[in-house]
Amino acid sequence: MVVGLSALAAFLIIGVVALVMGTIVVGGKDTLTWEFLTMAPREGMTEGGIFPAIVGTALLVIIMSIAGVPVGTVTAIYLSEYASSRSVLARAIRFAVNTLAGVPAIVFGLFGLGFFVQFVGSGLDSLISGEGQLRWAQPNILWASLTMALLTLPVVIVSVEEAIKTVPQDLRAASLALGATKWQTIRKVVLPNSLTGILTGGILAVSRGAGEVAPILFTGAAYFLPHLPTSLSDQFMELGYHVYIMSTQSTNVDATTGIQYATTLVLLLLTFLLNFSAIFLRSRVRARQVQ
Amino acid sequence: MQEREQNVPTQPGYHTGVGGARDGSGENVSRIGAVDHPVRSHADGRRRMNRQDLRKRFRPGEFLIEKAIAIIAFVSLATIVSIFIFVFRETLPIFSSEEKPAAVVVPQEEETYGDEFVGEAAKNIARSDRSRSSETAGGEGVATLENLLGLVWSPVSADPRYGILPLVVGSLKVTLLAILIGAPIAILAALFTSSFAPRWSKEVLKPAIEVLAGFPSVVIGFFALVVLASVLQKLFGYQYRLNAFVGGVAMSLAVIPIIYTVAEDALNAVPRFMTEASLALGATKWQTALLVKLPAATPGVFAALLLGFGRAFGETMIVLMATGNAALISLSMVEPVRTMSATIGAEMAEVVFGDTHYNVLFLLGSILFLFTFSLNAVAEIFIRQRLLKRFRGI
Repeated sequence: MVVGLSALAAFLIIGVVALVMGTIVVGGKDTLTWEFLTMAPREGMTEGGIFPAIVGTALLVIIMSIAGVPVGTVTAIYLSEYASSRSVLARAIRFAVNTLAGVPAIVFGLFGLGFFVQFVGSGLDSLISGEGQLRWAQPNILWASLTMALLTLPVVIVSVEEAIKTVPQDLRAASLALGATKWQTIRKVVLPNSLTGILTGGILAVSRGAGEVAPILFTGAAYFLPHLPTSLSDQFMELGYHVYIMSTQSTNVDATTGIQYATTLVLLLLTFLLNFSAIFLRSRVRARQVQ
Repeated sequence: MQEREQNVPTQPGYHTGVGGARDGSGENVSRIGAVDHPVRSHADGRRRMNRQDLRKRFRPGEFLIEKAIAIIAFVSLATIVSIFIFVFRETLPIFSSEEKPAAVVVPQEEETYGDEFVGEAAKNIARSDRSRSSETAGGEGVATLENLLGLVWSPVSADPRYGILPLVVGSLKVTLLAILIGAPIAILAALFTSSFAPRWSKEVLKPAIEVLAGFPSVVIGFFALVVLASVLQKLFGYQYRLNAFVGGVAMSLAVIPIIYTVAEDALNAVPRFMTEASLALGATKWQTALLVKLPAATPGVFAALLLGFGRAFGETMIVLMATGNAALISLSMVEPVRTMSATIGAEMAEVVFGDTHYNVLFLLGSILFLFTFSLNAVAEIFIRQRLLKRFRGI
């Protein structure tokens, strides 16, 4: 009985995953053409493609990675190489990382609005844009990316740390014994050997960042823009946000079903691809750990 | 501890030490020994040499790099602290307005109840492009405690009501449904992988879980909105297409991976001797799994439930798309609900910066933050300490 039930539960999960993916693939495959990927929306977003949303998502995750991956990597280095596991600071940082991982995405959005847009943005405006001008104190791609970078920070930290742990102590000891300093050892021995982990962390972060919509709802995403973002203070279109507005907010929801499915399919394929390359890389890291 | 030992070879003194040990009466040994105690024996001198020479040499570059790394590592900590500060900061005007509800001309730019046409506030409105939605009515409500604890949420009417209770009830309803549906499936599946599963099925289930965990929540929300809602309505024949039940079912897809992963970890951490003892006493495989493994892993499973609860409580896109978003208080599971997170997501983009509605939305965010924060903290205690203690101190 128990065996049967638990097997049933397991196969239910597999079935649901297959069902969700199948539905979206079937619903979206006809609309998903090369033109769909390379054209801007037309006719009040009932025709055309999702090119601006793809570009916006790409820019979002690029800026996010530039900001987030180095910080995450350095934090992981600090936690695994410098801080003793019993030090209060290291424990506080670890606690912060765990907490950060559990904060709801929408709260990150509020934080992005309260901190980046209202606080940092207003500060920047009064510093550089001159009195009364409004350039940075409004939602834009930079604030959205930075918000997303904070959201994905724990992902990077955890996977880089995991990779650093698999670098054998012997390698470090050998480097140190040859007279290298600690930083030289980290830079020339530890980091090159954990590159896969850093890459994994980056990919996982990108996948998470591309899929989250809640943090950018009011930190920079836009319904529709006639042009691509050209500066960091521009708003942008994004795939997940596009799915959300097309399926709930657009004036003629039924007319765009194909576009909705196809956009969802693109988003799903993107995260799928990213996650699988991350899983593949991680399995290589873990294989080394076993050896 | 280990790190300190590792450091030993870096120090130049180490080589001297080796040299000294090799030739017994090397010059190095006597030179260094001579500094302090010229008459001490070799053995004693060697000990002293180590202590003195193995001292860490001060390197300014290394020192600066270490400090820089430590400072960057503080970003996570600083983020948590500033989330606290900045999310709470925006809720404060609510509470200050309680003490002086008849505020005359409030000097702060953020506060705009009823004084939009004062010059200061007019500039404030010009600053925010959102205020073009001209919800002047939204600015007039004062969020007293009575208003906040009311049963009506209608922030944009002429007489704004900020009763958050319907939203809290909505969040709880969807979350509980998600846990009730998702937890049994996830825990049973975890039991399956850790106790019964043949190898091949593990190799299918694990990637399936990873794929499920990787689904963007907007994809799950979309699936619930366009497919699940209609299917469930046809199946059960209730009145509203989008409701708490649809949201709960969709949300269970989001919590299954978390509960599964943590529960499976806990089940796998049950010591082998316990299961082996049970099997040796003649218990069958399923008896062992259900009566030995699962009870032993209870703290971990409990932590899994807490983490799942936190995830579901804070999740936004799924509920925003699948629950119908009507702020009703009812016990029915098939009526539309509006959750706290969905309220923030739907209304924040249309609100005037700094008015009461805006502050109340931040209050909802603070509640979400505090709630998930405490859930995570409790879950961590259960995972780390209970589990360890229980297994070590049997």
